[in-house]
Amino acid sequence: MSQLLDRLNFLQPRRMETYADGLGEVTREPRDWEETYRNRWRHDKIVRSTHGVNCTGSCSWKIYVKSGIVTWETQYTDYPRTRPGLPNHEPRGCARGASYSWYLYSANRVKTPLVRGRLMRLWRRMRETRQPVEAWEAIQRDPILRAEYVKARGKGGFVRASWDEATEMIAAANAWTIRTYGPDRIFGFSPIPAMSMVSYAAGSRYLSLLGGVCMSFYDWYCDLPPSSPMTWGEQTDVPESADWYNAGYLLLWGSNVPQTRTPDAHFYTEARYRGAKSAVICPDYSEAAKFGDVWLNVKQGTDAALAIAFGHVILREFHLDRQVEYFEDYCRRYSDFPMLVKLEERDGRLVPGRFLRAAEIEGALGETNNPEWKTVAIDENSGELVAPNGTIGHRWGEKGRWNLEEKAGGRDVRLKLTLILDEDHDDIAGVDFPYFGADATAAFDSGDRRPNVLTRNVPVRRVKTTEGEVAVATVFDLLCANYGLDRGLGGDWVARDYAEDIPGTPAWAEKITGVSRDKIIHVAREFARNAEKTQGKSMVIIGAAMNHWYHMDMNYRGVINMLIMCGCVGQSGGGWAHYVGQEKLRPQTGWAPIAFALDWGRPPRQMNSTSAWYAHTGQWRYETVTAGEILSPTAPEGDWEELSLIDYNIRAERMGWLPSAPQLRTNPLEVAKAAKAAGKEVAAYVAEKLKSGELEMSCEDPDAPENWPRNLFVWRSNLLGSSGKGHEYFLRHLLGTDNGVLGEETGRRPREARWHDEAPRGKLDLLVCIDFRMSTTAVYADVVLPTASWYEKNDLNTSDMHPFIHPLQAAVDPAYESRSDWGIFKSIAVQFQKVAPEVLGRETDVVAVPILHDTPGEIAQTEVRDWKRGECDLIPGRTAPNFVAVERDYTAIADRFMALGPLMEKLGNGGKGIAWNTGHEVEALRALNGAHADGAARGAARIVTDIDACEAIMMLAPETNGEVAVKAWAALSEVTGRDHTHLARPKEDEKIRFADIAAQPRKIITSPTWSGIESEKVCYNAGWTNVHELIPWRTLTGRQQTYQDHLWMRAFGEGFVTWRPPVDLKTVTGKLIEQGDGLVLNFITPHQKWGIHSTYTDNLLMLTLNRGGPVIWISENDAKKAGIRDNDWVELFNANGALTARAVVSQRIKDGTTFMYHAQEKIVNTPGSEITGRRGGIHNSVTRTVPKPTHMIGGYAQQSWGFNYYGTVGANRDEFVIVRRMRKVDWLDRPATTKEAAQ
Amino acid sequence: MHEFLFGIYPYIALAVMIVGSIARYDRDPFTWKSSSSQLLRRRQLVVGSVLFHVGVLVIFFGHLIGLLTPIWVFDALGISHGAKQVLAIVLGGVAGVMALAGGAMLLHRRMTDPRIRATSSFWDIAIMWLLMAQLVLGIGTIFVSIRHLDGGEMVRFMAWAQGIFTFDSHAASYIEDAALVFKLHLFLGLTIFLVFPFTRLVHILSGFAAPVRYLMRAGYQIMRTRRPATALRGAGREG
Repeated sequence: MSQLLDRLNFLQPRRMETYADGLGEVTREPRDWEETYRNRWRHDKIVRSTHGVNCTGSCSWKIYVKSGIVTWETQYTDYPRTRPGLPNHEPRGCARGASYSWYLYSANRVKTPLVRGRLMRLWRRMRETRQPVEAWEAIQRDPILRAEYVKARGKGGFVRASWDEATEMIAAANAWTIRTYGPDRIFGFSPIPAMSMVSYAAGSRYLSLLGGVCMSFYDWYCDLPPSSPMTWGEQTDVPESADWYNAGYLLLWGSNVPQTRTPDAHFYTEARYRGAKSAVICPDYSEAAKFGDVWLNVKQGTDAALAIAFGHVILREFHLDRQVEYFEDYCRRYSDFPMLVKLEERDGRLVPGRFLRAAEIEGALGETNNPEWKTVAIDENSGELVAPNGTIGHRWGEKGRWNLEEKAGGRDVRLKLTLILDEDHDDIAGVDFPYFGADATAAFDSGDRRPNVLTRNVPVRRVKTTEGEVAVATVFDLLCANYGLDRGLGGDWVARDYAEDIPGTPAWAEKITGVSRDKIIHVAREFARNAEKTQGKSMVIIGAAMNHWYHMDMNYRGVINMLIMCGCVGQSGGGWAHYVGQEKLRPQTGWAPIAFALDWGRPPRQMNSTSAWYAHTGQWRYETVTAGEILSPTAPEGDWEELSLIDYNIRAERMGWLPSAPQLRTNPLEVAKAAKAAGKEVAAYVAEKLKSGELEMSCEDPDAPENWPRNLFVWRSNLLGSSGKGHEYFLRHLLGTDNGVLGEETGRRPREARWHDEAPRGKLDLLVCIDFRMSTTAVYADVVLPTASWYEKNDLNTSDMHPFIHPLQAAVDPAYESRSDWGIFKSIAVQFQKVAPEVLGRETDVVAVPILHDTPGEIAQTEVRDWKRGECDLIPGRTAPNFVAVERDYTAIADRFMALGPLMEKLGNGGKGIAWNTGHEVEALRALNGAHADGAARGAARIVTDIDACEAIMMLAPETNGEVAVKAWAALSEVTGRDHTHLARPKEDEKIRFADIAAQPRKIITSPTWSGIESEKVCYNAGWTNVHELIPWRTLTGRQQTYQDHLWMRAFGEGFVTWRPPVDLKTVTGKLIEQGDGLVLNFITPHQKWGIHSTYTDNLLMLTLNRGGPVIWISENDAKKAGIRDNDWVELFNANGALTARAVVSQRIKDGTTFMYHAQEKIVNTPGSEITGRRGGIHNSVTRTVPKPTHMIGGYAQQSWGFNYYGTVGANRDEFVIVRRMRKVDWLDRPATTKEAAQ
Repeated sequence: MHEFLFGIYPYIALAVMIVGSIARYDRDPFTWKSSSSQLLRRRQLVVGSVLFHVGVLVIFFGHLIGLLTPIWVFDALGISHGAKQVLAIVLGGVAGVMALAGGAMLLHRRMTDPRIRATSSFWDIAIMWLLMAQLVLGIGTIFVSIRHLDGGEMVRFMAWAQGIFTFDSHAASYIEDAALVFKLHLFLGLTIFLVFPFTRLVHILSGFAAPVRYLMRAGYQIMRTRRPATALRGAGREG
């Protein structure tokens, strides 16, 4: 009753009773204090939500709310069960996610809209007398005024603004940019929609309605493995984590499952309990290493050599000396092994060329549709050449034969894998394979001095073609030669014995990788033997670490080849598990129309970020890598070595391979007007003017002011604090502010790109950052808008790790003045609609579209021809990008934003090459969400709130609407000629709504968008429908393609997988070396324990668990060499810039490398760098992105561009840095001068 | 005025201290603490705190015994008034200087260390200043006392203090002629009593709640019951 009175009980008998022989006693001491602890855990409600950094975990969480405040979170444990014999998904969650509620009320929260003070002052002054767009123009037209705020970026000085004022300024900037330069000068960057689809869609919908550019992320993050689309025609598809449990052998290769896939790691543990064997391959002693039966500590960056040696053993023991029936059968039906490759003669020597095509045979093997896109093999039954079903030529223009049935031209066939038998080949010929092993830089040198061309004997057959007789060989025979296997054909560079040091053998790999040959042979044998016994249940869980090397495709293709050789892909418990960065947006085909406003206008503008940032941040001007250094010695004739890397990119854009942003030097709105005035159709008009030179593609002159990106929205992202490779170049050229670039521009002038002696600084007029925390990007922005955190908005979340869809929900209203992302872009759209009529009305836009994967256009270019160099005519959509007129109503942007447009009913919906009618769903959505009573979108279904948007996505997507799933499968069935609808029929009546997933995560419905199935019998596994439903892979051969025959692939020596040492980036130069203490290390940026994926590195709770700020890891030996002790401040620098951090000295790290976990914020505990005099940078301060020509290939079946699907990737692992102990730690903290304070 | 300050104000101060302390303990028991800043910074704390606390404890008990022990006790023990005063001056002087030095360190730390300053409440700082002022005044009285070592003045203060506790309505008049520095010292002392419940000084009373009984406990396992004593007695335990 009363704290004091209750204690004044001296007169009462204190001791009332004893028990347990007097050891226990019952007392009447007060118990009120217990209430305190009860209250601590008492709450008002629990709301289901999740965390959306970029985590594949996708764990459902209980968010506890007390007195209107989010107090803490715990894991939900109500996932639908799996099935008997398989462990369930819980527990799912990790310490990172559990610490998230800290952010909501932390000091780092952005509470109100903020505008850079100097800009705000200018804006207010101009607005006094001018209309909004006019006011923005007045600032932009005056270089002194513009520089005033541009140069202040990153230096503080934000002032509060009202929502109306901030959004009006943004809208005015957008409108002025559209009018003056064109809508494609407005960029937006946001990653990984799967983690919060509606938030992503909010920004991309607004941008797409304007005609702005949505920037890709998966390739830019370098998490996209281009090897996946090359091999499978598929962005990335992987088994769910539950399927690890079905594996008999788990190879963890560069993946640190317990650390970076924490919620799923239990399946790995459970698989081990079940008896699965596991080998772990990684250079450092990682957390995963302790799970392994064996740990192979491979030297970083040499994984390809290891994979080739594994493949050597597998081929030798399971394909050649003994043929495993299952493996042979699998490879025959599901890989390109039996396909014939022409051997091109050059200077009397033979080099693997293109796949033989039906069109090259007299009579085209009876094929009339796309014979030039149908590859050819030999039928074992008849011994004749056949064009088997399922190639890309069967996919387009005909129906019913695009399948993997063992048929060709209606006949049953059995494809021949090898021509090794005497009666099968006409000849044994020496074939040249490029060898790059001797090109290694000092850090990777294994003493290899072999020639750069290795000639190996291959059985060939002479085939009569329309162009005369040519020698052909099967992919399998070439592959065996490529792997250095002696098949009794004589000749050099092949080995019978594993101990021979011949490229391909374990002994050879031992020298390069540091892994002993015994271990290589042991692991390869076990991996294959398990696959043999279990029919493919050997799995590789692969970490994107290996994908971040410049020659990432070699690492990955080496691994993929092992899986194909052992028949693992498409088998439950087997296959390739790459869980990085794309996070599987399961209801993708329902989401895309909302996200890219396909309901109002098609096509949207999408851009591959790597190429865009490479050009627009001026990184190309500092290029140190020449094409000659990476070119194959067997390259066909061409001007290969004369081109800079940006020249390759420009040619790719010109030929319609890669997208462009901006697209044309001239404002597309003006182009459309001119076309109309000339009375011409847009595409024809643009083609004519491009040829005459009156129109010019922007890519040819990225530094011209007309071609700068002008406005940039960054939301759900920390572009400048995390993914921005070449951070200091971003600061110098894109933002135009203080930077730490230490190197100089290259002396080499590109051939295609126009060179300006003075590089522009500060291309962006406006940088808008939308975030809930003051991230590094926010610090550099001109406008920061406060957004709702993950416990304050409604959204959808899916992952590739599990098959469920579940929501983010507003447990509380957005704190302070923040709004949800959907709400923010709606506000901007409303302002835009108000402001735009000042300069814009209904306009026609001209959108340039590259040749896209999974469209009929993807078989556009059998040969590489550049129209600009007169090699062919410019035919939009075939030899160049297509140019499409899109109508935009700039006076109705908000009305359109909030309504489902008419094109869904008119044109339907679809994805990955199939389409279906969606009228019924639109009607249902109108009934569910209601229809607009007035405005520009009268009668259209409402998507006003974020929940409306969720419902729209789930209504349109086959994964969440069984009726659509059946329609989608029916559409695919038409193309393949096989009925697949049985996969979705049982779920036809199921329609998942927002309220359903709020109650419990729901398992999605099987759809043809994905290559696995949701079933009670098997786990989701990539490639399952290819193998079991006989749906071809979406590649040239329709099969898993291990040989890449495009001209550029051959030119750069990557037709087959091969060992390529890391490239020399030349950023550790003499001048800089002098300033160091002699320690130069390979700079590796893996994922950390305390930050990503599920939180950021400014989270106090997580910082407290480590060192409270940026750290790098180095080995004990390296530390001793440079006099560095644990926890010393060190500086890392090279030509790209410098960063500061504390050193963690650890036995875990391999000598010669330093780890810096990526995305450590430079806003937390980061002192100044001694060498730059600026605040120490982020991990990307010492990197620069270097694009690779083979990733620019387009218009060629699976090597056609797709948004986040194919294209250049931002590699960064080949980088070296100088590490030195800091002499003086300067925090650069000084009080502002009165002048600064006044500003 | 004199009558109010030394006849009535003492009752106000003591009443506020007692009622206020009970109220605080009852309403907000978790605020009943010393609010140590040791976790924020150890610097200056150990030496400063020990000096201050030893000094203050000596002074406190010196005042308690010196003022409230009836004069006849000293007489009976044969301690002359003069000797008592010398004892008080020496002991109080040494302890006063210790407390002053320690307090100065603590105050300096509290005012200048940014972390501690930022986490200090108004009363955390104010009470320190009050105590320092009181120590200065207390030491200041020595210079007056030292001039007449007969102990007469001291006896008058004893009479006043005991008068307050025995509800002597003339208590204030005993010290009418005391030097100003004494009066200020007394007034400030009463004021410290007055603000006691609003400050961290309450931790002085925590000693009463020290779990000394734990050392003499009978049982090793304690069950606290909410049932009244009668209900328990007959119930017994099963099994």
